[in-house]
Amino acid sequence: MSINATLIGQMITFALLVWFTMKFIWPPLFDSLEQRRKKIAEGLAAAEKGQEAMQLAEKKAKTVLKEAKEQSSEIVTLAQKRANEIVEESKMTAKKESERLILSAQAQIDQQIQQAKENLRQEVAALALSAAEQILGAEIDYAKHQDIISKVSNQLG
Amino acid sequence: MSTEAHAAEGATGYIIHHLTTLSVGEGFWTLHLDTLFFSTVLGGLFIWFFKTAAEKATAGVPGLVQSFAELLIEFVDTQVKDTFHGHSKLIAPLALTIFCWIFLWNFMDLFPVDILPLIASMMGVDYLRVVPSTDLNATFAMSISVFFLIIFYSIKIKGPLGFAKELTLQPFGIWLLPFNLLLKLVEEFAKPISLALRLFGNLYAGELIFILIALLPWYVQPLLSFPWAVFHILIITLQAFIFMVLTIVYLSMAHEDH
Repeated sequence: MSINATLIGQMITFALLVWFTMKFIWPPLFDSLEQRRKKIAEGLAAAEKGQEAMQLAEKKAKTVLKEAKEQSSEIVTLAQKRANEIVEESKMTAKKESERLILSAQAQIDQQIQQAKENLRQEVAALALSAAEQILGAEIDYAKHQDIISKVSNQLG
Repeated sequence: MSTEAHAAEGATGYIIHHLTTLSVGEGFWTLHLDTLFFSTVLGGLFIWFFKTAAEKATAGVPGLVQSFAELLIEFVDTQVKDTFHGHSKLIAPLALTIFCWIFLWNFMDLFPVDILPLIASMMGVDYLRVVPSTDLNATFAMSISVFFLIIFYSIKIKGPLGFAKELTLQPFGIWLLPFNLLLKLVEEFAKPISLALRLFGNLYAGELIFILIALLPWYVQPLLSFPWAVFHILIITLQAFIFMVLTIVYLSMAHEDH
């Protein structure tokens, strides 16, 4: 076991290996490691950001939903109110219409009653006249007894 | 050593054979071909794997290869960031290289002790030691390189004067200058020596125990080698980890200005 020129050979080999490693092996591998580390860090940051954005969006969606609910309930109340109004209005119109119809019917009835009364009166006057004619046995001059006849018929009315 | 191996027989011969390196040359200019070969191949494996991952590297969903490479990169980067609080383009890749390379070296220990030498002997190679970290040359090559880096960064960050001051004026002030220098020199030299010897000692001992187990009758071997191998999975990772962490610590100490 002796130290000899092998030592020098080994040192040269060692130096070459170290040089090669330093030049061609360490930098690319280490760079790729660093880059991946950076990528992962960026990815994590992005994920965090995304989560934050999602939470924000969720919050926003909630408020929007709430507003929409409020609005819709408002609209529903309004619509109900309007519907009530319409029903009320139509009720009023129907009532007025029916009253009008009743009034006109009443008027017609009154008119017809008047008509019938008139007819009756005339008929009664004629009857009374003919009865009186027969009682007297003579013809009554219609023109002469005009006053009496009309008086009687008026009394009939 | 080769003559000894030929001379010895039996168990001793077997052990010595396994501990003999395949070498060429004489004296200092001996080259351990097996250490050089296996460490280069394993270094190539390391480079190939990470280069494949680096070429297909994407910041999107990573594939299996990239995931594994990133696992190691993150692991090393965490260690570096825990200890070292400066900016350095070198330390993290250096730590990665050290960890992976030493782990692969040590992993060769888990191959059955006879299989690779057997294959080698079929190809006409008599001696083969497959675990580079059981060769002092390999461990010292790494720790001395780290030592040079420590010196380099100490001078670069603190300036030649600052580094000289640190060596001579601490911990006892100017009046005990020679003593300070001695202490500091011991401290500095202890770093590479302890790094190299710790790794070498652990793996050498581990390998030796595998060789000793291999000498036992075949029906006893699994009973011992299996638990030892399982335990060794921990050891080889731990040793690679310790070497890497201490390197980071030493280099961050070199970066600190008092």
